[in-house]
Amino acid sequence: MTTLPKTTTKKLGLVIDLDICVGCQACATSCKEWNTGGYSAPLSDHDPYGADPSGAWLNRIHSFEFPGDAATPGLADGKTVHFPRSCLHCEEPACVTVCPTGASYKREEDGIVLVNPDTCIGCKLCSWACPYGAREYDYDHGVMKKCTLCVDRIYNEHIPEEDRIPACVRACPTGARAFGDLGDPDSDVSRNVAEREGFDLLAEMGYKPTNKYLPPRKRVDPTPEPLPEAVPLAKHGSRMDALFAWVDKTLS
Amino acid sequence: MHPAYTVIFFTTASGAGYGLLFWLSLAHVFGAGPDRWTSLGALILGTVLVSAGLVSSTYHLGRPERAWRAFSQWRSSWLSREGVAAVATYLPMTGLGLIWLFGLSENLVTLLAALTVFGTLITVYCTGMIYGSLPTIRHWYRTDVPVIYLVLAAGTGGLLFQSFVDDYNLLVAIALVAGLALKMWYWMDVDRDPGKYTSEMAFGMPQLGAPTPLDPPHTQPNFIMREMGYVVARKHAKRLRTFAMVLLFGASVLALVGLPWIAVLLAGAAVWMERWLFFAEAEHVSMLYYGAQRA
Amino acid sequence: MTGPQIDTSAPVSDEIRKTTCYMCACRCGIDVHLKDNKVRYIEGNRDHPVNKGVICGKGASGIMQHYSPARLKAPMKRVGPRGSGQFEEISWDEALEMATDWMGEVRKRDPKRLAFFTGRDQSQSLTGFWAIKYGTPNFAAHGGFCSVNMAAGGLYTFGGAFWEFGDPDWDKTKYFMLFGVAEDHASNPIKIGIGKLKKRGAKVVSVNPVRTGYNAVADEWIGIRPGTDGLFVGALIHELFRTQQIDLDYLQRYTNSGWLVIDAPGTGDDGLFARGEDGDQLVWCQSSQSFQSRKNPDAQAAFTGARTLPDGRSARPVFELMAERYMSDEYSPETVAQETGLSAEDMRRIAAELAHVAFQEEIVIEQPWVDWAGRKQDKMIGRPVSMHAMRGISAHSNGFQTCRMIHLLQILLGSIDCPGGFRYKPPYPKQTPPNLLPHGRLADVAPETPLAGPQLGFPHGPEHLLLDENGDPSRIDKGFSWDAPMSAHGMMHMVLNNAAKQDPYKIDVLFMYMANMAWNSSMNVPGTLDALTAKDDDGNYVIPKIIYSDAYYSETVPFADLILPDTTYLERWDCISLLDRPISEPELVADSIRHPVVEPDRDVRGFQTVLIDLGARLGLPGFVKEDGSPAYPGGYPDYMVNHERKPGVGPLAGWRGKDGTDSGVGAVNPAQLDRYIENGAFFGQHLAPEHAYFKHANRGYIDWAISKGIRASAEPTIFQLYCEPVQKFRLAAQGFGDIQPPDRARDRIKRYFDPLPFWYPPFEGEMVDLEAYPLNAITQRPMHMYHSWGSQNAWLRQITAANRLYVHTSVAEGIGAKDDDWVWLTSHQGRVKCQIQVMEGVNPHTVWTWNAIGKRRGAWGLSDDAPESNKGFLLNHLISELLPAGGGGYRYSNSDPITGQAAWFDLRVGITKAAVGDTVEPFFEPLGNASQEPSPEKLAYGAAFKEPAE
Ligand SMILES: Nc1nc2c(c(=O)[nH]1)N[C@H]1C(S)=C(S)[C@@H](COP(=O)(O)OP(=O)(O)OC[C@H]3O[C@@H](n4cnc5c(=O)[nH]c(N)nc54)[C@H](O)[C@@H]3O)O[C@H]1N2
Ligand SMILES: Nc1nc2c(c(=O)[nH]1)N[C@H]1C(S)=C(S)[C@@H](COP(=O)(O)OP(=O)(O)OC[C@H]3O[C@@H](n4cnc5c(=O)[nH]c(N)nc54)[C@H](O)[C@@H]3O)O[C@H]1N2
Ligand code: SF4
Ligand code: SF4
Ligand code: SF4
Ligand code: SF4
Ligand code: SF4
Ligand SMILES: [Mo]
Repeated sequence: MTTLPKTTTKKLGLVIDLDICVGCQACATSCKEWNTGGYSAPLSDHDPYGADPSGAWLNRIHSFEFPGDAATPGLADGKTVHFPRSCLHCEEPACVTVCPTGASYKREEDGIVLVNPDTCIGCKLCSWACPYGAREYDYDHGVMKKCTLCVDRIYNEHIPEEDRIPACVRACPTGARAFGDLGDPDSDVSRNVAEREGFDLLAEMGYKPTNKYLPPRKRVDPTPEPLPEAVPLAKHGSRMDALFAWVDKTLS
Repeated sequence: MHPAYTVIFFTTASGAGYGLLFWLSLAHVFGAGPDRWTSLGALILGTVLVSAGLVSSTYHLGRPERAWRAFSQWRSSWLSREGVAAVATYLPMTGLGLIWLFGLSENLVTLLAALTVFGTLITVYCTGMIYGSLPTIRHWYRTDVPVIYLVLAAGTGGLLFQSFVDDYNLLVAIALVAGLALKMWYWMDVDRDPGKYTSEMAFGMPQLGAPTPLDPPHTQPNFIMREMGYVVARKHAKRLRTFAMVLLFGASVLALVGLPWIAVLLAGAAVWMERWLFFAEAEHVSMLYYGAQRA
Repeated sequence: MTGPQIDTSAPVSDEIRKTTCYMCACRCGIDVHLKDNKVRYIEGNRDHPVNKGVICGKGASGIMQHYSPARLKAPMKRVGPRGSGQFEEISWDEALEMATDWMGEVRKRDPKRLAFFTGRDQSQSLTGFWAIKYGTPNFAAHGGFCSVNMAAGGLYTFGGAFWEFGDPDWDKTKYFMLFGVAEDHASNPIKIGIGKLKKRGAKVVSVNPVRTGYNAVADEWIGIRPGTDGLFVGALIHELFRTQQIDLDYLQRYTNSGWLVIDAPGTGDDGLFARGEDGDQLVWCQSSQSFQSRKNPDAQAAFTGARTLPDGRSARPVFELMAERYMSDEYSPETVAQETGLSAEDMRRIAAELAHVAFQEEIVIEQPWVDWAGRKQDKMIGRPVSMHAMRGISAHSNGFQTCRMIHLLQILLGSIDCPGGFRYKPPYPKQTPPNLLPHGRLADVAPETPLAGPQLGFPHGPEHLLLDENGDPSRIDKGFSWDAPMSAHGMMHMVLNNAAKQDPYKIDVLFMYMANMAWNSSMNVPGTLDALTAKDDDGNYVIPKIIYSDAYYSETVPFADLILPDTTYLERWDCISLLDRPISEPELVADSIRHPVVEPDRDVRGFQTVLIDLGARLGLPGFVKEDGSPAYPGGYPDYMVNHERKPGVGPLAGWRGKDGTDSGVGAVNPAQLDRYIENGAFFGQHLAPEHAYFKHANRGYIDWAISKGIRASAEPTIFQLYCEPVQKFRLAAQGFGDIQPPDRARDRIKRYFDPLPFWYPPFEGEMVDLEAYPLNAITQRPMHMYHSWGSQNAWLRQITAANRLYVHTSVAEGIGAKDDDWVWLTSHQGRVKCQIQVMEGVNPHTVWTWNAIGKRRGAWGLSDDAPESNKGFLLNHLISELLPAGGGGYRYSNSDPITGQAAWFDLRVGITKAAVGDTVEPFFEPLGNASQEPSPEKLAYGAAFKEPAE
């Protein structure tokens, strides 16, 4: 099973808009909350009230400062970027092929990369093979956890159709996250990626991530021209006189 | 990478064990093997080391009771291949053991020994390739990694074999020196290589320049940071490297002069340090998301 | 080969109950999924007007809050010294008896000696009602230390406010300016809104010393120096005047720009509006060339020119005064560049952009409507520029004036309650000035006598101050005294300090609810702890009795004598009422409830129910029937349905009337709560499209609002660019009128009570040695933490268990420090040792940290070695509740001189590198917590929901 399907029928994944993400953590905690009772339940926490609290999270939000892009208005003086990071459901993921047990697998039908919590032996090798740090070992449960793309939501007939989307997408208040089939060039997500020049993380590694990120846009500037002096000063005496003349004229 | 002692012990012990079995079997292939009881003794020691290593490696697992599942994915997984190879190697090893224990016909010894040689090589190579196949860790993703595993296994195992047969001084010393040389080259080379992946690549927005972390996703270390983010102080690493090299050199001198029982202690310690550094110095690409500039 | 067959369609939960979140004050609708009677999952309610289905980082962690080990289990009475945390569990009967005895005795003797202060709650209409009936002047909620500058600045100016009383027109605005906001109460709505703007390609400009969160995604970040926004906004206004980019028609219709201001220096009427015989303010009508009442719809008020009033005095229109002020060089971009740290060029460009969008990109909705005077308008013209501001403006001692200045800018652009502008949320707009006056003059306080009206209100002049016969404060917090005449929300940050000093008098019972005053909501924490534990010469506590209701073992619990443990938000009834801070949206009048979706498993009771019970036990009018029996034996739900403030007007506006068909006003409906629950715990009524905008002057809307009981006056709301009540205080300071400030206060009031908004430097920076304390120090709320509550949450505290001090690269270089190094941060109040994080996106004169992450050992169910108390710190230790002594030796509170708003962000600090460090300082002894059960060592929440595997 750890051999990869040659192709997948769909390439389900997420598109994350770094232009909009405000780093609110809603996707992170919604993910934790959904998944701690979901397919790979639980997502355990160690020392939850002590000195070194840690636990399994499938989605984590960083923030970074970038020096900026001198050529782009609004990005020239640097930029703070909030950066959500979860499994990218790669097309060529070594995390799957290194797995000795077959617990890690990529689904042929939709491209989702999953860990079978019932057969994983917790060797952690897959986490070593993932360049994105997207696998999370559950120390307590002894198995590897990772983003499931909410496989137990997106097809779930107990959930209203409009909610059959990942918990993180459902939660995101700014709408910085979108879910869809990135294998279908006509899907909303694919079009948005094309239009906004969405990109891969660490494309150089060759894992071919399915998830895409959208870059910060350049600044919107309604009018770059400063306003001219409304009325030539000389004609009307002081600026105040000019203003008052204008006011009187306009109001009458 | 976090140096897990179970894994360090596993590769060190099983490496020495397979090395011993390798020499023993190789000698038998060439018809130059020691006598029955010496062979049996060496075989038992090799088996014990190999088995102890394998058992200890299961302690690294979150679910040791499911370890048997690890044999299934030999088509893609070097870890699985290693498991399969290790188990497969037990077969000729067992054959040899039975022959020597019960004094059975020695007809099959050459064949079984050849298979054992082959098995040990494959197994240790697989062990090396578990690491050598990971493109995420530049210190590991190198063709010399499995070679070093093999050579050091041959060196430490050779010392053990030497202790049994009181021979092969030069060969063993050469193996150890080769190990030393390879490792020195490895260290020089990894130090020279700044890593081909940059933090700009990690974020896919090179036009924005190199990011610096502002807030981490969690203020206390998480699994990824503990596992992949282990860093050893440069000074400490340098010292350990020197120790390991001195020890290996000492071991080879002792091997040459015929003091393998002492040499094996030195070499064992050297390989232990080498393995520890193999992990502790290894940089994982995912750390680009936690502030590393290159990996 | 594919993977195993997995169940992708497992049932999620046994039941979904819809209620209202209270992980923060945003009050989103939530769907609580229950499985095996445990909370399986909480998600946003898609139908809910506030969050429209989304949820935030806190809301989605509700499970961990609800099952927190820090929850209180039962009523307790203190048995050790205050702060020791030694408690004995008692029964509710005993607890309620004790509280009744204590408070009943005070009510018979001297009701002002009960101080009732509530924190983060949203049931002020009940707590306020209770306090009125009890008869103490000493009631307030947390608004005084929170954002009263925004409330007062807005309400006095245009009858609405930022805060959560209005919203930018997220769907139509094209240019959005955000001043001093990290998160705000409208937590999800702002996020939804910013997402919309960014997707639409509208421009977002952030004015904030720090570039994180919302400010990080803004198109343009203006890294202003704290406390100088008034200069920046002044410069924008200057530019609009200079370039004649002002919506004169809008000013004419909706503002007091044309009202005449008496120009008679040295007289008691100077600066007041000229009035006609009927008392109406006068304008000079250009068409008729005569003085006219401003109420005359046909009057064409002149905006310029001094006029001689019939009585011979001179008067000038407001517009002219404004033009004079803002056209002056004082506010030119060049002049303010230095102080604000911004470039004149940028300021000019932004002014140009504002004008361009407002006037060149105006939007028109073809929607006829009728204005206040009955004139038909055939369309709605919008100026798609909107603004929002919060504590970055309000938490400074110049916040009231700065807030007014921002409103002035909006109004000059014609962008209040127009399409694309800032929009009121009903029941706003209210009248200007607000017609709610404060009550509780000591002369009116008597044993066993309710007050005549609410303690909190909006004075129109010195005559509305709450003073005693000597002119001293009537209230323990000195609200509505000369220290802070327009302190519309009280001054909670002064209560403990004043009570400990018995200044102006002694308090016998302090009753607090949902406010962590022994820690993160106090300035000068050590001083506050001293106040809580101060003893008199006889060894008795100076504040003899403290009753406190909390739901968790917070830092404040150990200092109380009697603990009334509250439920969690999933276990109780709550009412988010139009009488209070409702959940309305600009086009929707809405209120909501909370109802118990899980039963408490501890001996706890909802505080509101307890308060109603106490009201009945004390025999407070309104809480007992004629026969003395409890008026609401069913507790809070009973009150929510059956209480009527006025005939037909109760806490809930939805489904009133016998059959539930009325809304707003109507008879009590016994089935009302069922209808709320069926509807997802909220009620919403849409505004008609012709009522959607210009609500301040929209005849249809005003009449409709009156019929729904949410508006009092049929008059339009006129924007008060010139604020006369402020001038009245100034006149008093100049010696006019009977009610006179003490001499020490005269100069201060003369200077700051300017009826036209202006900028002045924040106080602390003026009073301390700027060589020693060169930097501004501020806090921001982390989006995923709510004040102190978040740290008991096993998930949220993993995200932030400790905070750093963020400093600009140049500051770090200056002291030779790098990331993780320890520094000493000093202020005139004290010093803190903490670790730094270096960053670029911060004003170079400013250091900041996340708010309320630092915790005291022993609280919140955390272990003593938790990062919160070893690496986490509060800036509060550095913030003084009092300003340094000024000229006369008197120490004013560290507040806005007008509203009394706590000036958290005026803090000035110096920074030096600390030699070594491993824990933060100051050190606080761990609080005892023997009454709490130990917290678990690991969690595997959710494991039980999974069918056993294999
Ligand atoms: N340095 C600095 N200090 C500040 C600020 C700042 O920006 N910087 N901001 C200030 C502002 S604006 C505010 S509003 C204050 C906020 O400060 P506080 O009003 O003190 O807010 P919390 O810390 O949330 O504390 C509220 C208390 O309510 C309790 N509580 C939580 N849920 C419940 C419940 O369901 N029932 C009951 N009865 N109690 C409950 C909590 O346990 C906690 O003890 O902080 C102020 N302090
Ligand atoms: N997640 C979460 N949400 C909350 C709360 C919480 O604790 N957590 N608390 C709630 C409460 S009680 C309140 S009052 C609101 C407050 O919500 P906000 O108004 O967002 O309050 P703060 O987080 O204090 O943010 C103040 C912002 O002003 C900036 N600032 C400081 N000084 C200046 C200045 O002089 N000029 C300008 N332009 N900016 C300045 C700071 O950098 C910061 O970004 O949030 C509410 N919502
Ligand atoms: S992101 Fe990592 S875990 Fe996910 S598929 Fe790619 S390699 Fe595997
Ligand atoms: S940890 Fe589990 S999923 Fe990962 S490689 Fe090992 S067995 Fe496979
Ligand atoms: S898709 Fe589901 S599992 Fe993956 S990050 Fe989002 S919520 Fe978590
Ligand atoms: S929920 Fe949305 S805005 Fe918030 S951190 Fe996640 S992606 Fe960013
Ligand atoms: S914003 Fe506040 S009320 Fe809304 S979901 Fe978040 S915590 Fe709950
Ligand atoms: Mo607040």
